[in-house]
Amino acid sequence: MDLGQIPVLGLVFQLIGYLVDVLPTISPIILRAATPIALAALVGVLCERSGVVNIGIEGIMLGTAFIGWVVGVALVPILGGEPTAIFGLTPALLGGLAAALVGGMVISFVLAWLAISVRADQIISGTIINIAAVGLTGYLISLLSKSSPVGAGNFKPFVPPAGLTDLPVVGWVFAMFLEQGPITMSVIVIVVVMQILLFRSRWGLRTRAVGEHPKAAETVGISVIALRYRNVVLSGLLGGLAGASLTMEATNSFQNNMTAGRGFIGLAAMIVGRWTPLGAFGAALLFASSQAIGRSISFAPPKGQLGDILTSVPPQFYDALPYLVTIIVLAGLIGRSTPPAADGQPYEREGIH
Amino acid sequence: MTGAATPAAPPERPWTGVGTALVVPLVSILLALVVGAVVIELSQLLTPGKGFNVWLPIEAYRAMLEGSLGSWNNIVNTLVVSTPLVLGGLSVAFGFKGGLFNIGAQGQFLMGVLGAVMVGVALRDTTPVIAIPGALIGGVVGGAIWGFIPGVLKAVSGAHEVVVTIMLNYVALSVLAAAVNGPLRVQAAPSAVTLTVGDAALPILFGRNGHTGIIIALIAVAIVGWLLYRTTFGFEVRTVGANPDAARYAGMRPRRIIVLTMSMCGMLAGLAGAIELLGITHKTTASYATSVGFDSIAVALLGRSSPIGVLLSALLFGLMRAGAGQMQIQTGIPSELVDVLQATVLFFLVANVVVKRLLVRRSRTGDTPNARPPDRYVNEAVTG
Amino acid sequence: MSSSPQPVPALEMRGITKRYPGVVANDHIDLDVRPGEIHALLGENGAGKTTLMNILYGLARPDEGQILLDGRIASITSPADAIARGISMVHQHFMLVPVLTVAENIVLGQESMAGRIFLDRGEASRTIKELAGRFGFEMDPDARVSSLSVGAQQRVEILKALYREARILVLDEPTAVLTPQETQEIFALLRRLADAGRSIVFISHKLYEVLAISDRITVIRRGKVVGSRVPAETDEEDLAQLMVGREVQLTVDRGESHPGDIVLRVNGLHARDDRGNEMVRGVDLEIRAGEILGIAGVAGNGQDELVESLIGLRTPTAGGVTLAGSDVTGSTPRQMNEGGVGFVPADRQRFGLVLSFPVADNIVLTSYHRPPYSHGVLRDDAAIERSAEKSIAAFDVRTPSADALAGTLSGGNQQKVVVAREFDRDLRLLILDQPTRGLDVGSIEFIHRQVIAKRDAGTAILLVSAELDEILEMSDRIAIMYGGRLVAVVDGPTANKNEVGLLMATGGHEPAAPAESRITPV
Repeated sequence: MDLGQIPVLGLVFQLIGYLVDVLPTISPIILRAATPIALAALVGVLCERSGVVNIGIEGIMLGTAFIGWVVGVALVPILGGEPTAIFGLTPALLGGLAAALVGGMVISFVLAWLAISVRADQIISGTIINIAAVGLTGYLISLLSKSSPVGAGNFKPFVPPAGLTDLPVVGWVFAMFLEQGPITMSVIVIVVVMQILLFRSRWGLRTRAVGEHPKAAETVGISVIALRYRNVVLSGLLGGLAGASLTMEATNSFQNNMTAGRGFIGLAAMIVGRWTPLGAFGAALLFASSQAIGRSISFAPPKGQLGDILTSVPPQFYDALPYLVTIIVLAGLIGRSTPPAADGQPYEREGIH
Repeated sequence: MTGAATPAAPPERPWTGVGTALVVPLVSILLALVVGAVVIELSQLLTPGKGFNVWLPIEAYRAMLEGSLGSWNNIVNTLVVSTPLVLGGLSVAFGFKGGLFNIGAQGQFLMGVLGAVMVGVALRDTTPVIAIPGALIGGVVGGAIWGFIPGVLKAVSGAHEVVVTIMLNYVALSVLAAAVNGPLRVQAAPSAVTLTVGDAALPILFGRNGHTGIIIALIAVAIVGWLLYRTTFGFEVRTVGANPDAARYAGMRPRRIIVLTMSMCGMLAGLAGAIELLGITHKTTASYATSVGFDSIAVALLGRSSPIGVLLSALLFGLMRAGAGQMQIQTGIPSELVDVLQATVLFFLVANVVVKRLLVRRSRTGDTPNARPPDRYVNEAVTG
Repeated sequence: MSSSPQPVPALEMRGITKRYPGVVANDHIDLDVRPGEIHALLGENGAGKTTLMNILYGLARPDEGQILLDGRIASITSPADAIARGISMVHQHFMLVPVLTVAENIVLGQESMAGRIFLDRGEASRTIKELAGRFGFEMDPDARVSSLSVGAQQRVEILKALYREARILVLDEPTAVLTPQETQEIFALLRRLADAGRSIVFISHKLYEVLAISDRITVIRRGKVVGSRVPAETDEEDLAQLMVGREVQLTVDRGESHPGDIVLRVNGLHARDDRGNEMVRGVDLEIRAGEILGIAGVAGNGQDELVESLIGLRTPTAGGVTLAGSDVTGSTPRQMNEGGVGFVPADRQRFGLVLSFPVADNIVLTSYHRPPYSHGVLRDDAAIERSAEKSIAAFDVRTPSADALAGTLSGGNQQKVVVAREFDRDLRLLILDQPTRGLDVGSIEFIHRQVIAKRDAGTAILLVSAELDEILEMSDRIAIMYGGRLVAVVDGPTANKNEVGLLMATGGHEPAAPAESRITPV
């Protein structure tokens, strides 16, 4: 055993000790922060698995965050109603959520039309969605803020029985997954269901085939165009949920450009997660952890040598880590991640002469 | 890109003449203005207190024009606002010419800001003759690094430049914040901010804020045009962009050219950042507010990737941005209308391809439907 | 297969005609395939075999003619139609999704389900194993297709057809990508399928294969049926004659060649394709100044890789190339070009031209960096324009101007642009890969004249073509390439077409013999 390794080993133990200390506190925050990222990543998985590159996720999230919020606000005076004990649901909130979901599908349909029917460059198509979302939401919120509308409130976290969360050792796990609002909780379910459907169902098989080799799919009678449309529009549901999580669960208001790049981190999570729902969710958790631990270090740094080292790293490093990891993965330095073979390629049916 | 069908000869298109090269962008702008007017009319319904004014769109556009062209100072300000759009647009357009989609102008711009402020602050007490070129070069190098990285990754491991540049945009945000919070921070200041660049500040040449950067941007247009169409390097860039296989067969070295092209993209966007810093803000906080990244894509697309086109479309979007404040003050229409207009212009540019394609298909029979030249990335909306 | 009581054909194609602009791909073709029959469709590349089968599979629509299945007229307008009527096709380029498993590929589009949502993977596996077992081979349904050998992938394609209960199975050049062992296995499998009552259309241009496997042979040439045979009553010579035709039409007077010094010498060259398969397996050749060496061979026998290795686009894995005495192995395309090597690539639109560029830019595509077209970093547009005007006139390129986009020209004129670029200077060596593919007669003749002129000016010329007529017409010597080797070299003017065609199709049946020993010394 090389003596030089001992201080390093010591540091590793210190780090593990620190993580064990802080994780119970920050784990619910991590899951909450990972929710919109994971949903955005699932939007990407759904689209790209069938061969459509979607860099408009950011815009879809921003647009639906606004739509959900504004419809909720508009419905409050009409529907009224008391929030329920669990999750704090009100008719207005549910109406807002529904609007966000429908809105997500509508925006995605525009993207699908540009990417699939127009066969426009898919990067440009996504960029149009992003610019339009920033512009329209900024425009409308600027108009509305003059009348300073009252928010529709937001979904409240579930309160699990104290007996569960107070359990020694594992209590924090319950807290992480149960002290959450409905959208955050649903993400785990959606991830598992999508993972199973993608790899076990007929729809999943056809989706993967179309994303990899559309011509082969067409020769066995599968309509490439229809399947791509369906998947991209469906992905709008997830995008809407991601948007709603921002204005109806994490906060109760809309701010300009509030997605702040979450859609693009979602894209990164999809890549690092190798275009699988579970992988994307794992990457989203990892990314959210990196940022949460970064915050935690700057607020309450660990003691001793480890603390000195960690605080000497600029806190922005932890923010940039997800992007750096993604670039490294893309460069093939660790665990090469290969997109579906037909990703981003417009499909043209063979001409019948 | 698909390599599915053998690309056949493009059909004779009656609209590919010089005059018609302008038609599609102009029609797109016109349609976008109409959509903008509809948005304004509809949004009046959201603020019912004020009553309905049918002429509001006209008034808004008029106020916008007044704000951007109404006085000498306003005109100068429009030029100032357009300057980073010209350079950013050139950056994206140069990438398109080389078959690369540079979505990273934002990050390259920020690295240009960082490079310029680093050198500028270091040279702030020398003399403008040294400090200004030094700081500009600092910005250009900063941007070039941010273009070089995705270029090398693409050339060596095939990593797609779109994703890499998106990621680098966010890394640049962090790098700038870390630098301004760390080594560049003025210790006495209550919040993170750098020193001003002192002697490296660009001199004001005309009007209230008409700094030298305007001239630099015009020179850049000329240089990029010269580089693309008058030099052998530009010919190589365009060949690799249009048909990398043919470029390789003809003895060019596509990988090397990709790296150089992306670095050039970074230099141009970095120059934009440097000029913005040295000409306007003179110092930076931990975050530097800009929307130049997406704006540049819009500028390059509307300008059809030609240097002159980029100049014109940058002036158009610059005019909108510069006049938006006046529009908001006079008519209460939020300045974000400009983003809506920008997105709508792009939408019609892209959707125009559909109209074209339908016409093309009708005009001939029995030929293969895939009639696009093998321009890899860039579709008709880009190359024209 | 006795044919005494004439059964109703499983498939009958009557008077199928298909015209493409400038060419009749199928000219009143009749074909009938009986139940349980293996019917070979024999013809050269471009004879119209694939067009005919695309019509059968609903990928192309005939201008005239009918398709009858079991004696009834059928209208087939899409692959889905074809599948529904029991027709399956094994494409030359497999329609398999590499990352999916064997089972997933086979059931795709016609999945066996457990409930409405989920796949019944157990059922799929059982069906596939049972099907494979019935025809005497093994198949792991859970293997990824990308991990399979090419032969196994082909069996997956066949299983795909069987899974869809195909009664008529079309195989397009199925052995092109197979090893001899794999070929034997697939033949055995096809025979079992036929014995089980299925009809098989076997497309090929390899004579001995056709003789070995089929019950009947229909030969087409230039879009027409030129003969029908049963294997017992024919042999390779007879078939070769039918396939390539009797007459060699000389359209260009080639004159005497006066070979000079050796310009190009290739020693023991080996090269792999992009997937790592060794495609060139020890090629030796010499070309002298002022002579044309033609390389005859069926496409896919290593010609592409040989040419790419010579021109610097591919690094040989072994062996050496010398140009006028100096070693140029592993040189870049630019170095070869500067060394006086001209090159006309096979696919002009993909490799030879930038269609979105003006003709003038295409004419200087390989020389733009040299004076007079550039000085330092600067292009000299005036010089480029002048040179382009000159070349356009000299090579009779029909274009509105030197500024017209290359993509707007006809195929013949596009090729003339490439030829003008590559021919219009002093050359040591000229490499021509399919120089006249898909061109009209006038353009072909023009280009052939230019090639002869170049030879007479003392250039060494390597001509690679899939058109045997072109090789025979142009070459002073002919090397036949088969399985990555040059299996024979014959004298051009006295070459016998049938003999060369036979060598192309069979490789002389001695693929193991060392290629070196078969080259006649110059």
